[in-house]
Amino acid sequence: MECQRCHNRAATVHLTQLMNGEKTEVHVCEQCAKEKGYMHDHEENFTLNDLLTGLFNFEPKQSPNGQQTGTQQPKEQLKCPKCGLTFKEFARAGKFGCAECYKTFDERLNPILRRVHSGNTHHDGKIPRREGGNLHLRRQKDQYKSELQRLIEQEEFEEAAKLRDEIRSLDDQLQDREEGES
Amino acid sequence: MSLQQFMNEAISPWMKQDGPDSDIVLSSRIRLARNFSNIPFPTISSEDNLEKVLNFFNEEFRSESFRDYKGFEIVKMSDLQPIEKRVLVEKHLISPHLTDNSEHSASLISQNEQVSIMINEEDHIRIQLYFPGFQLDRALEQASQLDDWLEEKIDYAFDEKRGYLTACPTNVGTGMRASVMMHLPALALTQQINRMTPAINQLGLVVRGIYGEGSEAVGSIFQISNQITLGKSEEDIVEDLHSVVKQLIDQERRARQTLMHRSGIQLEDRIFRSYGVLKYGRIIESKEAAKCLSDLRLGIDLGFIDHVPKTILNELMVLTQPGFLQQYAKETLSPSERDIRRASLIRERLQLENKE
Repeated sequence: MECQRCHNRAATVHLTQLMNGEKTEVHVCEQCAKEKGYMHDHEENFTLNDLLTGLFNFEPKQSPNGQQTGTQQPKEQLKCPKCGLTFKEFARAGKFGCAECYKTFDERLNPILRRVHSGNTHHDGKIPRREGGNLHLRRQKDQYKSELQRLIEQEEFEEAAKLRDEIRSLDDQLQDREEGES
Repeated sequence: MSLQQFMNEAISPWMKQDGPDSDIVLSSRIRLARNFSNIPFPTISSEDNLEKVLNFFNEEFRSESFRDYKGFEIVKMSDLQPIEKRVLVEKHLISPHLTDNSEHSASLISQNEQVSIMINEEDHIRIQLYFPGFQLDRALEQASQLDDWLEEKIDYAFDEKRGYLTACPTNVGTGMRASVMMHLPALALTQQINRMTPAINQLGLVVRGIYGEGSEAVGSIFQISNQITLGKSEEDIVEDLHSVVKQLIDQERRARQTLMHRSGIQLEDRIFRSYGVLKYGRIIESKEAAKCLSDLRLGIDLGFIDHVPKTILNELMVLTQPGFLQQYAKETLSPSERDIRRASLIRERLQLENKE
C-alpha cells in the first residue's frame, strides 16, 4: 500500500481517526507520519522516561496516625551523604547515584518500587556469595523450618529431629558470624 | 586483530549453531546488571572513578578465559570509529547507550561473541550472554556461573532487602533481563499477536518489535522479555517467560498451518514476490529488506524454498543495516546510496548460495 500523502513510499503507519463520529483510516509512510505529527522520533525513550519521572514525583502519604515522623527531612533536603544526590534530582532523572542512595531514600522507595515491579518491594532472588553476608544461612534456616513443620505434621519424628539439629547448628553459625561482625 | 574479526562477519560464531525450536526462536539472552559497592554509578561517577572501573577490567580480565568462551578481548569505545561502534550495536554485542558514554566505556567480548561484558554502561557492569534458539534455562545457568566468577574479584553493590542495586529502579533486585527473540510472521500477518500482547503484559512480560515499540514489528521479529526484576527469583522469571514463549511457538505453528490451509496460494505468492524483490531488486530500503527476508525465511520454514539456508537470513538481517553496509563499502553512504548497496549485497549473497 502506498502512502496517501506523498504517494511515493510504502505506507507503514496505519491509524484510525474518529471525527464527528465518523471513522477515517489513514495510511501513511513513517516520514509523512512524523511530518504530520502522528509520531515522534525517539517516542519510546521519551514516554518511558516521562512515565518514570511521573512515578517518582510522588508525595508520600502521611503516616497512619496523621503525623510526619520527626526524623524525616523535607523532600528537597533529603540528600545522599555518599554521592550528594538529592531526592529531587533522583525524582527528576529517575536514576540513583550510588548504592548508598537506596538506604538514604529507603522510606520513599516502597511506593515507587511497588508501581514498577507489580507490588513487589523485596528481593527474592540470587544472593552473592561474599556480599550476601548471612542471608544464605537465614534463607536456609527459613526453608528448614517450614520443612520441619511439614515433617511434624506428617509425624515423621526421626527426620524432624535431624532437621532440628541442623537448624540449631545454623543458629550457632549465625550467632558466631554476628558476634564476629560487631 | 580480534576487533577486525568482530567487524567482518555479520553473524557471530555462536549463531551458526542450531538451537531448539530455531525455526521460530532466533536467540535467547540473559542480561545481568551489576555494580561495584563503593563506587558511584556511571550516571554520576567522576572521570577518575570511571577510569578506575575500566582499568580494573583491563588488568583483571583481559585475556582471561571462562569455560568454553575462550579469551575475552577488551574493546574500548574510545578506540573505535563511529561506523565500528554502529556495527557492534547492529550485532547486539554492545548497546547504543554504551556508545553515548564513549570516553571511559568498553566491552569485554568473548571470542565466539556469545558473551559480552559491558563496562560503564548505565551500570558499571552489564553481563550479556546469548544462546541460539530457545535455551533460556541454559543461558541463565551459564550467566549465573559467569556472575559467580566475576563476584570472586568484585565487591558487588548488594542489599538484603533490595537485592542487586542498580542505577535505575526498574532493574533492582535480580538485575536480570531475560529475553527471547522470535520470528512470528503468521501471528503478525493475522494480527493475532496484537490481541495476545495485553495478556502477556499482565504476567509482567513485555512484547516489542526489534525496531522499536508502537507500530508493527518490521520483519515480524519480536522480543519477549521480563519487566519485573524484584520479588521473584531468577528461576521463576525464566519459568514464566518460558511458558509464554512455548505458547507463542505453538500458536505461531498453528497459525502457519491455518494460513497454509486457508490461503496457501496467497501465502506462496507473497513469499515468492518477496524472494523476487530480494533476487532482482536494485533499490531496497531497510524496512522492505526486513519484510522480504522475513517472508523468505517463512518460505524456507514452510518448504516452499529449499535451496537457501536459513542462516543467510540472520546474516542478511544484520549485514543490511546501515553500519554494516558502510563498513563493507569502506565509506560513508547517504541513505539512497545505502538502498542501492543493500540491494546489490542481497543479490550477491543469494546468488552465492544458489551456486553452491
